[in-house]
Amino acid sequence: MRLVSRLVEGAAPRSLWGLGVLLVLLLAAPALLGKYGLSVLILILYFAYVGQAWNILMGFAGQLSLGHALYAGLGGYIAAGLYFHYGIGPWAGVFAGVAAAALAGAVVGYLGFRFSLAGVYFALLTIAFGEFTRLAFDHWDWAGGSGGLFLKVDAKVDPLKLRGGPLLFYYVILALTVGIFILCRALLESRLGRYWLAIREDPEAAQAIGVPVLRCKMIAIVISAGLTALAGVWNAFYYNNLFPETAFSMGRSIEITLAPIIGGLGTLFGPIVGAVVLTGLGEVFTDASDYLHIAGIKQIFYGLALLVIVMFRPAGLWPWIADRLGFGERRR
Amino acid sequence: MSGARLELAGVGKSFRGLRAVHDVDFVVPAGAINALIGPNGAGKTTIFNMIAGVFVPDAGTVTLDGRQISGLRPDRVCSAGVGRTFQIVKPFKGLSVLENVTVGALHRRPDLADARESASAILTRLGLYDRRHQMAESLTLPDRKRLEVARALATEPSLLLLDEVMAGLRPTEVDVMVTFLRELNAASGITILLIEHVMRAVMALAAHVVVVSYGEKIAEGTPAEISRHQAVLDVYLGDAEAS
Repeated sequence: MRLVSRLVEGAAPRSLWGLGVLLVLLLAAPALLGKYGLSVLILILYFAYVGQAWNILMGFAGQLSLGHALYAGLGGYIAAGLYFHYGIGPWAGVFAGVAAAALAGAVVGYLGFRFSLAGVYFALLTIAFGEFTRLAFDHWDWAGGSGGLFLKVDAKVDPLKLRGGPLLFYYVILALTVGIFILCRALLESRLGRYWLAIREDPEAAQAIGVPVLRCKMIAIVISAGLTALAGVWNAFYYNNLFPETAFSMGRSIEITLAPIIGGLGTLFGPIVGAVVLTGLGEVFTDASDYLHIAGIKQIFYGLALLVIVMFRPAGLWPWIADRLGFGERRR
Repeated sequence: MSGARLELAGVGKSFRGLRAVHDVDFVVPAGAINALIGPNGAGKTTIFNMIAGVFVPDAGTVTLDGRQISGLRPDRVCSAGVGRTFQIVKPFKGLSVLENVTVGALHRRPDLADARESASAILTRLGLYDRRHQMAESLTLPDRKRLEVARALATEPSLLLLDEVMAGLRPTEVDVMVTFLRELNAASGITILLIEHVMRAVMALAAHVVVVSYGEKIAEGTPAEISRHQAVLDVYLGDAEAS
């Protein structure tokens, strides 16, 4: 009870009501939306989830990672590989996947933070790790090499093995997104969360007031990597295939960063708002390019839309929307 | 919060062959207010950074109540009881004034509500309470200086290192800060070491002054003694009077 009261402390009653209504709508969404609508909603939730996980490291602790595909890929590959080779279900495999990603995060973090690589130099390190993991998986037979790893598509719904249709995957990713939202709120309202914000703002000043900077950064990257791996497992079982070229690609890493950047770094709703806007724009421009029969028009308009948003709302869309609605969740 | 005794013994530091500080000794007794003065580039901030754990001295030791703190990381030095401000202020710009100080208070009070309460009390004493919801980046320089002091105090130190907190303040603001520090020292017994160029504040606050020039201690004594000391007049006060 104390935990619950801590979580909702300082939140306006009407924002809690708003969240409640949103949750009910999301729970009922499969009944309200068609197949297409549900697939779009699944994408939105996926990007909201991974955005939230990445935001812990960048938005809270201020460390720019451009290699988060590494953690999603590791999680997905390990859980899928265990299932493919030994029939170990994803609910068990997920532990191995998350552990491996957390360990990878710890290695990247230690190398970066212990030797004080900051800003773009740290980002370069994260890119390098993603790239050479991709090369390693290209040549790793157990994981299918560059030919990829395929899971058998099973029409039978079996939640214990995470086998089933979009409905099952929808509720799993919804649960993950709700869970990570609550977790992030709890983290922000803790000493660790405040220490992260202090490090983001000024590591030297933070250390002078007793913040163990290295340890806090390590915790941030381990949590962020582990949570990202969870989405990787979901992703692997949803799409039933994994290729090193896509799972560990730079594009996948960038994709993860977009929702929180567009929505508002360091905010709780930023990744969600960003995911809605980006996925929505993506769908609209895909339709437009199909309709106009001009290939590539999607990418051009998508890029332009991002440019406009970043130019006019550099702090992200959510802080601006929140001000308009009078919620006032600031970038803390 | 009560005061701790600070002792520097034979402390030295070089940067790539450039001797920044050489063989400096001094003691700040528990509960005292002392000042460290000297011309620009004399090594004052380097000495502060060695006390605060930013630099490890090449020679000598720094002890707090007899416990060696030189060689510890800055956050450990903070745990040991040292609070410091930065000459070039370092507020957490994107956080509110209250949150800035709360982060400091979290060090000894892990509970957020508890830390916030303690931070509010400190802000009240420094006259920043009305600005608590303002973003730190919107503060004026004098307020930022006050915020530095508030944030350092929130860690409940037994030794407070103040690096030019009066610089840039108007004379009346200097008087307010001097009064605040004197009352703080009288009420809690906290030991204070300040680097200061504003002689008006040094004379009003410090019982004992250490003068450094070119990285070496050239004199120490009461403010009155120092103001008569020939070597000091040559390197420092002469300049200050001229300006």
